[in-house]
Amino acid sequence: MNTPLSPAAPDAASAAPVILFDKVEKTYGARRGATPVTALSDISLAVPEGAILGVIGRSGAGKSTLIRLVNGLEKPTSGRVVVDGVDITALDEKALRGARRSIGMIFQHFNLLARRTAYDNVALPLEIAGVPAREIKARVEPLLDLVGLADKRDRYPAELSGGQKQRVGIARALATRPRVLLSDEATSALDPETTQQILALLRKVNAELKLTVLLITHEMAVIKNVADQVAVIDGGRIVERGTTYEVFAHPRHSTTRTFLADLTSASLPPYVADRLKSEPEPGSEAVVRIVFTGDHATDPVLSRVSRLLSVDINIIQAQVDEIAGAPFGVIVVSVPGDAATLSAVTSAVARLNLSSEVLGYV
Amino acid sequence: MFDLSFSLLPPAIVDLLIEATKQTLYMVAASGLIGTLIGLPLGVFLATSRSGELFAAPWLNSVLGLVVNAARSTPFIILVVAIIPFTRLIAGTSIGTNAAIVPLTVAAAPFIARLIEGSIREVDQGLVEAARAMGASPLQIVRKVLLPEAMPSITLALTLAVVSLLGYSAMVGAVGGGGLGDLGIRFGYQRFMPDVMAAVVIVLILLVQGVQSLGDGIARRLDKRHRG
Repeated sequence: MNTPLSPAAPDAASAAPVILFDKVEKTYGARRGATPVTALSDISLAVPEGAILGVIGRSGAGKSTLIRLVNGLEKPTSGRVVVDGVDITALDEKALRGARRSIGMIFQHFNLLARRTAYDNVALPLEIAGVPAREIKARVEPLLDLVGLADKRDRYPAELSGGQKQRVGIARALATRPRVLLSDEATSALDPETTQQILALLRKVNAELKLTVLLITHEMAVIKNVADQVAVIDGGRIVERGTTYEVFAHPRHSTTRTFLADLTSASLPPYVADRLKSEPEPGSEAVVRIVFTGDHATDPVLSRVSRLLSVDINIIQAQVDEIAGAPFGVIVVSVPGDAATLSAVTSAVARLNLSSEVLGYV
Repeated sequence: MFDLSFSLLPPAIVDLLIEATKQTLYMVAASGLIGTLIGLPLGVFLATSRSGELFAAPWLNSVLGLVVNAARSTPFIILVVAIIPFTRLIAGTSIGTNAAIVPLTVAAAPFIARLIEGSIREVDQGLVEAARAMGASPLQIVRKVLLPEAMPSITLALTLAVVSLLGYSAMVGAVGGGGLGDLGIRFGYQRFMPDVMAAVVIVLILLVQGVQSLGDGIARRLDKRHRG
């Protein structure tokens, strides 16, 4: 854990953070002589107004605990969690209930009431808040429209698809007009196509309602598609933090790289992915991932390196993507795997201000 | 159907059978109702009061759990006799149909409480968390989430309780409670009238079938977890 933490994102300073974690620790108590378990340590994190911040981590990394601190479902052992200027950690149970009404939350398994229709599920938080029936109707129907489920208002959850259930979940989370939306693995139970639709909906409500979104996920693809900022959590600590673009282009921490490798190796052609080894063998080729960011996206980098070093470079896979609205290219190439050639290639690439990473050897 | 089978019995016995059926229905309905009024809140509390739960009171939970277990492990016929002073206190007498309602209720309430506890515990904890995240109070969570979501299961639990009470009610003949069981013992067994015994058994079977079908039907209508 000696990798330097990235400094707080520059825009965090300009806009007042809507969610602020201030040196938060969370330890689960020692019962009957068992050693206490530290779920989170030294978490300081700011989510600026209107941002979508994604927290990514493996299961058990502490991300579920982290998101539950925001609405007080979990209490920190020390430190403060401030939401919209209110110190959540200082509130008693009754005041906390009031604060929770301005914090919406959506869940991996949707958590819809099976015996309520889509309409009645969306109405539930309003009933709880004591909103009169007439006003509930005026609030719920536009929300069902917003999430594209106006025609399903009288359907029960069992009659809806996973994506439709999550749309109901989103409408329900928005019913009390919160300023903050918490998303707890909201797309993890959905197929890739439905995931895209739900993420698009999250972007839409973020933009239209000026909602600040904190989401947790274990999938880098979710971060790539929806978050403008990312924090990587590992072993209860935030090990990397920055804009999504920055972190994708220049990952610093090994955990971040592993997540990014998942994203890349998942798309490597099987004939490469299946044969990939971590150690070189005589005569094997190195598989190198080169990341092209904005300024260099159009440079003829490969031919330049190839000519300069008289090395054959074989393109295995290439894709140009867009992250947070900026072009972002990834090329996976193979080059001769001997140490001298490999280091010449990587340093030539580094001189062009591009980052590269050796994925393995074939 | 009734005319066909009962015409085999003397009219006086048919009258007794009808009277006994009414007594059984009265005892079961009254003890079922009062037992539910006591058992439902008790069951909800048992399901929500362990440590870390909505109404966390682990100590009270343990004590109530012990009381419920004690009541449930006492054989019913012994319970009937053992609580006679209590029965007299409540009903003014220890003999008769009204008096029989007391031990039936005392047996039904803890049984219903345990069944309701089970029904409530079946409700997905994710729903409780979602309701807490909405800012619901513990009472709102019970009223808006736990009870409505558990309702199909609670209906089946109460059906089971009523069916059990039909069985228990046969035993309160021992304290002059009347009802079908009493008729079966006094006429069918002690006076060697197997046709009366058969009629009692048939009426009990019909009652149990009727109650079970009704309960299943209501539970099915309440349950929205199936598609379309």
